[in-house]
This record gives sequence, structure tokens and C-alpha cells, in this order.
Amino acid sequence: MEAVDLARWQFGITTVYHFLFVPLSIGLAYLIAFMQTMYVVKNDEKYKQMTKFWGKIFLLNFAVGVVTGIMQEFQFGMNWADYSRFVGAVFGGPLAVEALVSFFLESTFLGIWIFGWDRLPKKVHLASIWIVAIAATLSALWILSANSFMQEPVGFEIVNGRAEMTDFFALLGNPQLWVEFPHVIFGALATGGLFITGISAFKILRNHQKDVFKASFNIGIIVALVASFMTAVAGHSQAQHLMTSQPMKMAASEGLWETTGESAPWTVFAVIDPETKENKYQLEIPYALSILSYNKLTGSVPGMNELQAEYEAKYGPGDYIPPVRTTFWSFRIMIAAGMLMILLSAFGTYAVIRGRLERYRRYLKWMIPAISLPFIANSAGWIMTEVGRQPWIVFGLQKTADGVSPLVSSGMVATTLIGFTVVYGALAAVFIYLVVHFVRQGVEEEVHVPQVQEEVLPVLDNTVTPV
Amino acid sequence: MESEATGPMLETLWFILITVLFVGFFFLEGFDFGVGMLAPFLGKTDTERRVVINTIGPFWDGNEVWLITAGGAMFAAFPGWYATLFSGFYMALFLMLLALIGRGVAFEFRSKLESRSWRQTWDWIIFFGSLLPPLLWGVALANLMRGVPIDASTNYVGSFWDLISLYSVAGGISIVLLFLLHGALFLSLKTTGVLRDRARNFARRIGALTTVVMLLFVILSYFETDMFTARGINPGMVPLLAGMALVSVYFFLKAGKDGWSFVMTGITIALSTVTVFMCLYPRVMISSLNPDWTLTIYNTSSNPYTLKVMTIVALTTVPLVVAYQAWNYWIFRKRVSADDHLDY
Repeated sequence: MEAVDLARWQFGITTVYHFLFVPLSIGLAYLIAFMQTMYVVKNDEKYKQMTKFWGKIFLLNFAVGVVTGIMQEFQFGMNWADYSRFVGAVFGGPLAVEALVSFFLESTFLGIWIFGWDRLPKKVHLASIWIVAIAATLSALWILSANSFMQEPVGFEIVNGRAEMTDFFALLGNPQLWVEFPHVIFGALATGGLFITGISAFKILRNHQKDVFKASFNIGIIVALVASFMTAVAGHSQAQHLMTSQPMKMAASEGLWETTGESAPWTVFAVIDPETKENKYQLEIPYALSILSYNKLTGSVPGMNELQAEYEAKYGPGDYIPPVRTTFWSFRIMIAAGMLMILLSAFGTYAVIRGRLERYRRYLKWMIPAISLPFIANSAGWIMTEVGRQPWIVFGLQKTADGVSPLVSSGMVATTLIGFTVVYGALAAVFIYLVVHFVRQGVEEEVHVPQVQEEVLPVLDNTVTPV
Repeated sequence: MESEATGPMLETLWFILITVLFVGFFFLEGFDFGVGMLAPFLGKTDTERRVVINTIGPFWDGNEVWLITAGGAMFAAFPGWYATLFSGFYMALFLMLLALIGRGVAFEFRSKLESRSWRQTWDWIIFFGSLLPPLLWGVALANLMRGVPIDASTNYVGSFWDLISLYSVAGGISIVLLFLLHGALFLSLKTTGVLRDRARNFARRIGALTTVVMLLFVILSYFETDMFTARGINPGMVPLLAGMALVSVYFFLKAGKDGWSFVMTGITIALSTVTVFMCLYPRVMISSLNPDWTLTIYNTSSNPYTLKVMTIVALTTVPLVVAYQAWNYWIFRKRVSADDHLDY
């Protein structure tokens, strides 16, 4: 494989991995802030236990999110030097602002929250977790404004062969950002909600500390329902925006080779052959793509062949069709996972309202593997967005193959690719092990500080003599 | 016309801001790297190690953001510098990232299970995760001062091994020692009893060695770099003050003034960093192949508009950051002891 392919794999792996943790951090931050608010307002110990229990898992998750985030910022320079040179004067801005405005707030106030229990006035301590949640959201806003520039470049001009920022507020007002950001934030809340309901379902089934976990389930399920529904709504507006900003991505995600007639059907399933540029079999729902794209029964959707010809005329010869099968299937996986999330959380809300949750044991059992659904949807969504943009790294401005670091060899990229993948795999294993451990342990009912038996541990270097 | 008049000023301003971010990073994360390296040596029992780690518990993550922000600021203000530095020092950065990843989760994971082997594993990761970054930064700084092979297309054409030399390793060791001293002094302020005594003793022992090695590095720099002759801005008394601050640590420690000695290592770190950046100015990466290929703040910078926007953001946020981080240090100003509730 060439350096550019390895660099793309590295970006894909590190980004998808990082984004397993980020939405859970954002979602849990708000849910925990809400629980702690209940504790402060009602002065009910149950909510304090709840806050502390979910807080422990949140901190494990946050730690992995933070350390893998450093890689996100540095790999642009490491693997994508020519991209960095080309867009740095635009793209670097939101990244620097993210660090200045959000990362500092997040990390400082998270430290205050972790260590501030019983050291700070209750309300000040409560404020610190809210600040963490809001800072994490702002962080998402800045990084998504950078990503939106890659999808739909605005607020710039090309001077001396590079993009230069001309309007900062255009970056912030990027229409792509305002369909992407709500989709991501609602998705994050849904992730937090389903994570909490899934684990709570496990504890309810086990008959362990049901009081706290039923209350957790109730909070989680309502957030999951509202947020997963709103994610779909925001996703719909994003798909519609795609029609004007990146029609090729839309066509690829539909496996649509030829421009449709007056009313476009939606393809549920297709066997796509990118070589012959046709679909062997497909199952279609009439009118559905027109509705998806334009909110009405009519409306033609351009196909990949027409767009390819259009782009060749505009950008010169080349292949402008992204990997169709990946784009097509990641889109469908995301939608299927999202729909299941809505259905499961709707049923759960119904069960809670009717006061019958515990009678639906099979449903509770399903909710445990359902924890994976938001993670599948989040990953698939990003894969569709980023793969569907290919061959561009910045749509219409720079191709991915032109953005790579020219003198970083494939051997070097392969080394770091393997290194990071191994470390990330180990981190995931340790993370899951600890989460399972905490879940089994459950809520700490009294203060319990883990202690290792007091004895002298061997030191790394015995030359340091005891004082 | 306006942009040409304000351009160079903005570039200089951003060079200063990036210097400030690196000073913040080295000063703050300097002591938590030091504490991380010292934890397995000064903490003989598990509880003692926990106390040591908890002294930096509320702070280390906020300290690390100074580095992340420095990286982001370089990307936004000097994309050419960011691109060449990060793709050029590729393997060194890879090692640093692994160290920072391991160390970051280690603080969080270490005390979560009651198993000795579990905790000892994370202690090792904290040790190496705290040792590698300062070592690599020292190597990187020495190379920035001496110059590295950069070609006409602004790309680094050397390998990882080209970064390793007697001189650059001396730079790495200097910074490791300086951070060890800084960390030990921080511990002397944040612990009690036997741990505090050990921290002070360690600081006393390593102080002289640090001073000698730093001096050696300065002497080597005279032969290895053009920092003494081609300096952008004459640093004047700055390096001398840095040296004097380092020497004074010994006397303050002897007088039992731990707080002052910590301030003095802080001054040494800050003024040494400032010296390096002053001597480099306006260069950011010296080409050892051809002076015309040297990267400067002028040929790597963003356009004036971007710099102006970023200036507004930075000048409003950095004072706020300093204020709430100072508040964080104020909240957790008390010494940590085994009787406290230990979160890490």
C-alpha cells in the first residue's frame, strides 16, 4: 500500500475510534449534570449515588477521549502536511479556537469536578460539571466547523495556491455546520441515553440496586427517545442539504448511477457493481427518495454518471465517484441502527409510563446489546460522510491524494498505524474491563476507598535510598 | 496596503503568543512530568504513590492543554511551520503521543482496581509516559536551534536518527533533569511528612547536577548552533537570569524556602524557553542545507485576516484561561496526605 492509503486508514481508524468515546462523553456529561442538579435541588442521596456511579464510567470514557483527541489534532501535520499547508490558514483557525475556548475549560473544570466533591460548595461543584458539558458541546461546534469546511468550503479565497480565510463568521455560519452540528449533538445525547438504559436494564434484570437503576433508566430512556428522534430529524435536513452541497455523495449513498425520473424511488437494498456501474438487484420504495430529498412526491435526483460528466467538465479529467458500496451501506447501517434506537426507546418510554418496565424482561434483555446501536450509527455516519466525500479532502479544492505528507514514507505510516491500532485495541480492552467491573460493583452505598495492602512495593530503581 | 503594513507585526505577535504557550506548557506540565517520573521512587508504598499522583490530579490535564493549544496555534498562525515540524519530526511525535496517551489513561485507571500488579503496570506507564515527552522535547528544541535538513520545498528530508546526536540528547537530558527538579519542588510544597522530606532531599541532590548539565548544554550550544551569533533578538540578560535562578534554588532550599525554590525553577524554565525563541526569531526552523530554505515566521504564516481574527480570540481567552486555572490551583492549594480522600 502507498503512504496515502495507509494515512487514510490511519485517519479512519483513529477518528472512528476517537468518536466512539466523544459522543458518549458529551451525552453522559449532560445526563450526569442533570442527575447532580436533581441531587442539589432535591437533596436526595439517591441522585448523589447515581451521579457518582455514572460519573465514574464517564471519567474512564473521558480519559480515553482526551488522549485519543491529541492524536486527532497532531495527525494533520504528521500525515497530511500538504493538506495542512493548503488549508491551515482557514482550517487551523477553528482548531486553535477549540483548544483556547473549549479544551482549557473542559479539562480544568473536569479536574475541579473530580476533586471538588466535599471540597467545594455544592452549587459551585454542580456548576463545574455543567461547564464541562457546555465546553464539550462548544468543542464539537468548533471541530465540526472545521469539518464542514472540508465538506462545503466557505469564507475563503485561493491566494498563491492556498486557501486563506476571508470571513470567520462565514465559517461559523456554514450551512453544512448547522445541519451537521445538531445531528451530532442529538446523536451524542442518544448515545448517552441508550448507554445508561442498557446498563440499567442489566442491573434491573439482576435485581441489584433496583431503586437507583430504575431511576437511571427513566432518565436515560426519555433522553434516548427525544434525542434519537431529533437525530433523525436533523439527519433528514442534512440529507436534503447534501442535494445542493454534495450531490455526488447523495447519489453514491443511494447507489444511483443514472439520474432518476420525475419521482425518485428510495433503494432499500442493492447489489452494486462499481466496475460495470450498475446495480444487479435492487429493492425500491417508490417516491421515497423524492420525499427524502425535497419533502415532496416529485423531484429528480441526479445520478453518479451525470455528475461524473459534470465534474469532469468542471474540475478536469478524473474519477469523481466515491467508493459506492461503502457509502451506500454505511448510510443504510446508520439509518437502520437509528430506527431501532427510536423504536426501542419509544417502547421503553411506554413501558415506564405504564409502570410495567420490569414485566418486559425480554425487552430489558434486548436493551443490553442495544448499547452498541448508537456506536454503530455514529461510526457508520462518519464513514458515510468522509468516504462519500472522496476523492476530495476539501470538496472541490483539494484531492485527498494531494494532501498527504510528501516525504513521510509508507513504512513510517505503517509503523505508526500498527502502533496506534495496537495501543487503541489494548485501551479498548482495559476500558471495557473496567466498565464491566464498575457495573458489577454497582453504586457505592458507603464510602469505599480501594486500598492495596500496605507493604513496600519494589521501586523501579533501587539506587534511590530511603530517607 | 494595509495588510502589508500590519502583516509583520501580527506575525511577530503570534510568534510571541506561541512562545507564551510553550512557556505555559513547560512551566506547568514540567512539574507534572517531574512528579510522574518521581512517583515510583518517592512513593514507597501504594498509598504514598497515590498521594504523589493526587498532588497533580486536578491539574495535569489542564496543563497538557497548553501543549495542545500551542499545536493548534501553530496550525492556525504558521501552517507551514506546523506542517514541516509535525511531518518532519514524525517518529519523535509518534513516541510522544504514545507516551501522552499511556500516561493520561494511567492516572485515571491506576487506582481503580485493588491489584498490585495492575497498579505497578500503570506506575511504569506513568513513569515512562512522563519521561519520554520532556526527553523528546529537549531533543526537538536542540534540533530546532541547530537546524535540520529542510529542502527547497520546505520538507524535512532527514530521518528520525538524524535528530539524535550527542548535542540533542544533552538537550533532552537537561530538560528531564530540570523537570525532575521542578517536580520534586512541587512535591515539597504539596505533600507532608516523610514524602515531603524525600522530595526536598531529592531536589537538593539533583539541583547541582541539573545546573551543571544545563551549563554544559549551553556551552555545547555555542559550538553546535549559531544562537550566540545570528540571534534574532539579543536576549541580553535573560539567559543569565535563567541561570542565576537555577543556582539560587540551592540556597533557597538550604534556607527552607521551598516556595521560592519552586518559583526559581519556574523562572529558569520560562526564561530558558524565552531565550531560545528570542535567538531563533524570526526563524522557526533552520535549514541546515541552505539558509534560503530556512522557515521563518514570514514564509510560513497565515494571511493577515486569519491572524487578526486569531489575535482577537487569543487575547480575550488566554487571560481568562490563566484566571480560572489560577483559581483551580487556589481551590486545591492544600497539601495532600494519606488521610485525605484520594480520587486517583
